[in-house]
Amino acid sequence: MRPVDVIDGNVSVLDRADVDTDQIIPKQFLKRVERTGFGEFLFYDWFRSGELELKPNPILVAGRNFGSGSSREHAVWAIQDFGFEAIIAPSFADIFYVNCTKNGLLPVILPEESCAWIAEAGEARIDVDDQTVTFAGGVVAFELEEEIKHRLVHGLDDIGLTLQGSEAITAFEEQGGADRGPVTTSL
Amino acid sequence: MAKTLFDKIWDAHEVADGLIYIDLHLVHEVTSPQAFDGLRLEGRAVRRPDKTVATADHNVPTDGTPAARMIADELSRIQVETLERNCAEFGIPVYSLGSDRQGIVHVIGPELGVTQPGLTIACGDSHTSTHGAFGALAVGIGTSEVEHVLATQCLVQRRPKTMRIQYSGELGTGVTAKDLILATIGGLGVSGMVGHAVEYAGDTIRGLSMENRMTICNMTIEGGGRAGMIAPDETTFEWVSGRPGAPEDFDAAVAEWRKLPTDAGARFDTDIEVDATAISPMVTWGTNPGMVAQVTEAVPDPSAWGKGPADREAAERALAYMALTPGTPMTDIALDRVFIGSCTNSRIQDLREAASVVDGRKVGDGVRAMVVPGSQQVKAQAEEEGLDDVFRSAGFEWRTAGCSMCLGMNPDILAEGERCASTSNRNFEGRQGRGGRTHLVSPRMAAAAAIEGSFVDIRGWT
Repeated sequence: MRPVDVIDGNVSVLDRADVDTDQIIPKQFLKRVERTGFGEFLFYDWFRSGELELKPNPILVAGRNFGSGSSREHAVWAIQDFGFEAIIAPSFADIFYVNCTKNGLLPVILPEESCAWIAEAGEARIDVDDQTVTFAGGVVAFELEEEIKHRLVHGLDDIGLTLQGSEAITAFEEQGGADRGPVTTSL
Repeated sequence: MAKTLFDKIWDAHEVADGLIYIDLHLVHEVTSPQAFDGLRLEGRAVRRPDKTVATADHNVPTDGTPAARMIADELSRIQVETLERNCAEFGIPVYSLGSDRQGIVHVIGPELGVTQPGLTIACGDSHTSTHGAFGALAVGIGTSEVEHVLATQCLVQRRPKTMRIQYSGELGTGVTAKDLILATIGGLGVSGMVGHAVEYAGDTIRGLSMENRMTICNMTIEGGGRAGMIAPDETTFEWVSGRPGAPEDFDAAVAEWRKLPTDAGARFDTDIEVDATAISPMVTWGTNPGMVAQVTEAVPDPSAWGKGPADREAAERALAYMALTPGTPMTDIALDRVFIGSCTNSRIQDLREAASVVDGRKVGDGVRAMVVPGSQQVKAQAEEEGLDDVFRSAGFEWRTAGCSMCLGMNPDILAEGERCASTSNRNFEGRQGRGGRTHLVSPRMAAAAAIEGSFVDIRGWT
């Protein structure tokens, strides 16, 4: 994963609540077995019908509960491939939020009022380390879990990190922690 | 200290702070190929293939195509074949096309008896919450996390908040578990459960079958919940008993499972009480599952719906997409298609209930109706009971197992503008096909709607 420190630039605005991942990337595009090339299918139906236009700016300001519904990580891949590097919204769906952080797409949670100011300003600078968004008219701070921030700023591979502590996993298994549940290979 | 069902499972699986051991990993063809690629790139193995099982469901045609190589759609064929190849390479058991254990991942887990109380379960699919019906902690994850579980058998998780919804009283005649969860999401909204593990409790829930409990937990994600759970009891134990994955020492397992239910006095971050006797048959009118009304009501006026301008605008857009006018009685909405199936409502009890409504009647003129069993096992069971004959004689199509028209990644899709009564879980724009219009309902309501050609209040319908 590429490190994420500062994201600076113009803002695109999607002023809708509860935008689901079926809209972000419709199911007919989930059949690819690669991670790349999803950008051209972003908001496919909305873009094609002309009801929505978004420029591929570094920052997307979106409505509350962004990314609800399906767990498809293709939604994150499509948003990144299109050109967005950060999404600012009043809230995100849980799985989508996690998927963002695993790919270095920065999710920033800010109150609706702040989102509106940033949308109005049209450009912003997000500093991950400082946890601030600066725009014409002000600076606002945002929350980011320490573990997530650490991985984003350093571009760290999640699996690599967990495997560094693999002795703990082995110990857990050896102490009976893995004895629960079925043995799928002998059904 | 008094603990909740969630606390007990979480605490027993925490390898390190925020790192949870996964007892069962379910895999399907859509969200796994890039994860297996990631393992290959880094030269990593699957840590516990013996705790992993795969099936093909999202992409499979439901026309009886007997093998992956015979899937007509090239991209679907490649995806299912890729799954088979990946599972062979990494030693994971897979039930693909041609297996009598193939089916929707959230149907086959419980059916094989691998879904059990007290387990942590992960799957690259948001409807993994289904498995919580057994008193398991089951979470939907993305592809990066699928790769993480494959490589480490663990998941990095932030401890969610807890919510309990207690239902009291019996559901009315013709009112089902589907109506209960739709009414709940209608009340809380589609983000009302975000960040929470939700326990469904109370005497209403205790009286429900496992199929009904799965329907409820399944739709937890439609309220934004991280996991849905129901405490295990005799109903749960009876389901698991005798299935291929059931524990060898079953009595010992049950003794452990009996310790799982939430202790008296345990605290939840949010506690809600619902009078189940007040719940009516429900039908969605909009483009998310929270946009729902009682069948006796009318399509709402957006200006009077929700809380504030964002909701009003969403409702206006939804009605435009759904081609509905405020004030139209729900029972006046005419249908083109009916779909009975999906991980929400494709189990044997769902099919029995729908068949009991259909028996001896005919599908209405101009309605195309299909039944898609959730698994090959459900299909076989239904055929043994003669349910396929009931559906076929009425004019329904009887298909083979898969996700089918729930998400239209296979040939079963709506045409532009078609209106469908569906027992699935999402009425998002384009979900069942570009321009298609979905109304979420129970299997009984879908069956009655197929006959009448429109929604009916099945409580008074004969």
